[in-house]
Amino acid sequence: MPTTATAASAFADVTTSNSALRRFLHGLPGVDAVGLEARAASLGTRSIKTTAKAYAIDLAISMIDLTTLEGADTPGKVRALAAKAVNPDPTDRTTPTTAAVCVYPDMVATAKAVLNGTDVKVASVATAFPAGRAALPVKLADTRDAVAAGADEIDMVIDRGAFLAGHYLEVFEQIAAVKAECGDKARLKVIFETGELSTYDNIRRASWLGMMAGADFIKTSTGKVAVNATPANTLLMLEAVRDFRAQTGVQIGVKPAGGIRNTKEAIKFLVLVNETVGADWLDNHWFRFGASSLLNDLLMQRQKLATGRYSGPDYVTVD
Amino acid sequence: MSDVTRLGVFKTYKLYVGGKFPRSESGRVYEVTDSKGKWLANAPLSSRKDARDAVVAARKAFGGWSGATAYNRGQILYRIAEMLEGRREQFVREVADAEGLSKSKAAAVVDAAIDRWVWYAGWTDKIGQVVGGANPVAGPFFNLSTPEPTGVVTVLAPQESSFLGLVSVIAPVIATGNTVVVIASEKSPLPALSLGEVLATSDLPGGVVNVLSGRTAEIAPSLAAHQDVNAIDLTGADEALAKELEIAAADNLKRVLRPQPGDFSEAPGTHRLTAFLETKTVWHPTGSLGASGSAY
Amino acid sequence: MTFEYAPAPESRSVVDIAPSYGLFIDGEFTEAADGKVFKTVSPSTEEVLAEVAQAGAEDVDRAVKAARRAFEKWSALPGSERAKYLFRIARIIQERSRELAVLETLDNGKPIKETRDADLPLVAAHFFYYAGWADKLDHAGYGADPRPLGVAGQVIPWNFPLLMLAWKIAPALATGNTVVLKPAETTPLSALFFADICRQAGLPKGVVNILPGYGETGAALVEHPDVNKVAFTGSTAVGKAIARQVAGTRKKVTLELGGKGANIVFDDAPIDQAVEGIVTGIFFNQGQVCCAGSRLLVQESIHDELLDSLKRRLSTLRLGDPLDKNTDIGAINSAEQLARITALTEQGEAEGAERWSPACELPTSGYWFAPTLFTNVTQAHTIARDEIFGPVLSVLTFRTPDEAVAKANNSQYGLSAGIWTEKGSRILAVANKLRAGVVWANTFNKFDPTSPFGGYKESGFGREGGRHGLEAYLDV
Repeated sequence: MPTTATAASAFADVTTSNSALRRFLHGLPGVDAVGLEARAASLGTRSIKTTAKAYAIDLAISMIDLTTLEGADTPGKVRALAAKAVNPDPTDRTTPTTAAVCVYPDMVATAKAVLNGTDVKVASVATAFPAGRAALPVKLADTRDAVAAGADEIDMVIDRGAFLAGHYLEVFEQIAAVKAECGDKARLKVIFETGELSTYDNIRRASWLGMMAGADFIKTSTGKVAVNATPANTLLMLEAVRDFRAQTGVQIGVKPAGGIRNTKEAIKFLVLVNETVGADWLDNHWFRFGASSLLNDLLMQRQKLATGRYSGPDYVTVD
Repeated sequence: MSDVTRLGVFKTYKLYVGGKFPRSESGRVYEVTDSKGKWLANAPLSSRKDARDAVVAARKAFGGWSGATAYNRGQILYRIAEMLEGRREQFVREVADAEGLSKSKAAAVVDAAIDRWVWYAGWTDKIGQVVGGANPVAGPFFNLSTPEPTGVVTVLAPQESSFLGLVSVIAPVIATGNTVVVIASEKSPLPALSLGEVLATSDLPGGVVNVLSGRTAEIAPSLAAHQDVNAIDLTGADEALAKELEIAAADNLKRVLRPQPGDFSEAPGTHRLTAFLETKTVWHPTGSLGASGSAY
Repeated sequence: MTFEYAPAPESRSVVDIAPSYGLFIDGEFTEAADGKVFKTVSPSTEEVLAEVAQAGAEDVDRAVKAARRAFEKWSALPGSERAKYLFRIARIIQERSRELAVLETLDNGKPIKETRDADLPLVAAHFFYYAGWADKLDHAGYGADPRPLGVAGQVIPWNFPLLMLAWKIAPALATGNTVVLKPAETTPLSALFFADICRQAGLPKGVVNILPGYGETGAALVEHPDVNKVAFTGSTAVGKAIARQVAGTRKKVTLELGGKGANIVFDDAPIDQAVEGIVTGIFFNQGQVCCAGSRLLVQESIHDELLDSLKRRLSTLRLGDPLDKNTDIGAINSAEQLARITALTEQGEAEGAERWSPACELPTSGYWFAPTLFTNVTQAHTIARDEIFGPVLSVLTFRTPDEAVAKANNSQYGLSAGIWTEKGSRILAVANKLRAGVVWANTFNKFDPTSPFGGYKESGFGREGGRHGLEAYLDV
């Protein structure tokens, strides 16, 4: 598979100036909102039962970036969360681990200490999360700290103000600079905060902008605004990574984050993946859920499938 | 010289096809007499080939006429009324001869016919609002129905009411943007042929109205069967001919207006306007302002 | 590891199909006068579902007489009372919608996803909509106190059995007519269940009569001298025959016939939604839809890209058990229809068009046809001109909007068309020039009871749905 460097060079001509980049992004096919939402809703009617449901639940658990991003986060809280990521259901050791835990940069070392020697990655938000309102050197320092503390993945936010003002090249260069800070130590997830970009056309443009600038993942949201991941905006981003790979050969991951709270919703997202980009993305290297409460619902559903009884909140851990 | 009466100049009555005044390609004519049997003129005895040429002319004119603004069509229909008003005396004489009416009764008929053009001139830019409109569908879609002209319409003009009847059947058809091939009253075609001269000087594009004279039963079957005719008004057909033509019209599913009892001096209503309209319904998604579903 | 969906069949137990059904005349189920019966099968398995009485000319006469007797009182009822019967029917349909959806899927072969999410909601909505008109006819734009016509003879097709019944019966009853309806011979069951709904609603006897049968039954109904109104949905050939049959009579006729809808995709289209629209346009109900977008007109500059996307999308369509909730493509309705689709596609190949289908395993029993694309199609090909009425899309190209419109209109039909472009003025300009009764811009195959539906040219005449749909049943 070609590296992202070749993807970047494939678009060298359109990233020479803001106007060239603008022409490219505005030349992408438009999105009809009603049609997009209808397609997402239609895939949402898939009925996933029995063996398919068992497969989907385990897959979903394995794709979770188990997240805590609170002002009140403490080392104790982060350690407990990391322990849960490694061992989500103490009553059933066949339960897969989550993909990662996702924390603020200052908690990376704490998480890393618990997760060393496991398959669970540490992801850190960075670049003045969640608003992204800081000078570039601050954002880069934020990133550098997290990587130095052992973060395997960096979840950066774009400057939505710059994007909405049409300063696409500025956004592009910031992503590229953060990518450079990640080097080959950390994979970069680029958060668009789709709820603030507002239109689907903007989400498609942001997706391409992020991918061209070197994102390893494109991610919907911070979880901190009113509208976060939706089936429609995730479908749109899946279409973007599908088209990007068709054009460049480079595969990019997708991470819906925020608002996905139960098994039924998570499975709908997996159906979107399955029927839009297919099996190549049905792996936690390429698809993640940014979530916290989702995990316990998946675990309860998993117990129900195993035992035939409905489970309850007392039979999953509160961390 | 005072004891020599001036010899009048006869008019050669000709067809009106594609904005021109041809004789029948067949070279045939037939005698037209007044109600008492007195010779009035020789009228062209149209052939099927004349009918075919008329359809070609009507089809050619359809795009422009149906695409003209409704306001423009209204202006032209009103212009027809103006031109007729100026030639009122001629039509009073022709209608009196054709239908055996007194001069005052014929004048009333001609006046009514002129007023009918005015009535339909006003309809061109209103019928769309009356019969079309937005449909409140249960979903995020804009949905609008608009009437559109059916296309090329063959009209068998009424046999008895040679002028008011004629105007009453062709004006509503062209008001909405259709084009017409009309077969004039067989017995009394002269007012119809003269009307062609009025239409030619009223800014009406050539081919929008095409006037044929001759034997209805000879010309109509080929028009009823013609695959490039979209509709047929059977007003001028008797029961047996109407049935035969309706059967022929089924070959390409022409819209058929069957002969209906009625008096052309009465208020016309809108049914002749709507008889040759199609309804087109266009859907388009509306959607939300933004993907976030929020509103400012 | 791939994400395989386990079978998710909708339960058959919600519907109880009797071994045999009679004709529904004057409020009673009765045998045919000559005792004839026919079998209706499930197209997905060829299982016999029930034996159904087959109406002959004598039964038609009996039903028309019953409808005539009922007409006097029914038409004299205050509109507000007729409305309440129709509201009752709408509600009972909603209550029984899962049962009816399963029944329709069994008898027709279409996916439960469609009967559940499209057919049944539209059926109930249609009755609800026309119920509201029954006491407002004075305000419908057809003059004061418009009168019903009398007895309506209605003949409906098999592609949307219950929905076509609703399109016919709801406006007829709202306006005060009584009806004799013949469902298609391959899908009589939902109409017979509807008869039961009429009984539950307490509808007066004879207002609705249901006569299962074949073409001869329909012809006898159309020909009956005491029928005042003929409404037909079906093939253009039969529509023409009906137009000839009623010539010289006073019967009012509406015909909703075939189509060869052009779905026009411009180079600035919202491509992903256009692909969905193309799929919906031709594969909804296995393409057995008169307004299907069966001709794809794609701007030559994006032909290859669009075709790649389309093929990729078709590869995700799930064909199989219509009762499975994840099935996208169900069975073809009958062996006869399958044979027609097969013959036309063979002709397409013989005439040099290039055929493509996704890898797709067809069940071994029942009537099935894989989703099929034809590329390199020109206007001269049979598959670009004749209605196939199956899951077969013919792909043609154009260079300019003018050419797109010219090709779209180059058909004896004029029922539907689609336009895909992000440019608003182009949508309006093209929509204006298309000679089609329904134009879907940036969407396709949307239906609503308020929205008039019907064709230009040989796609028939008259409109169903909306205020316009009342005219067909009023003496105006």
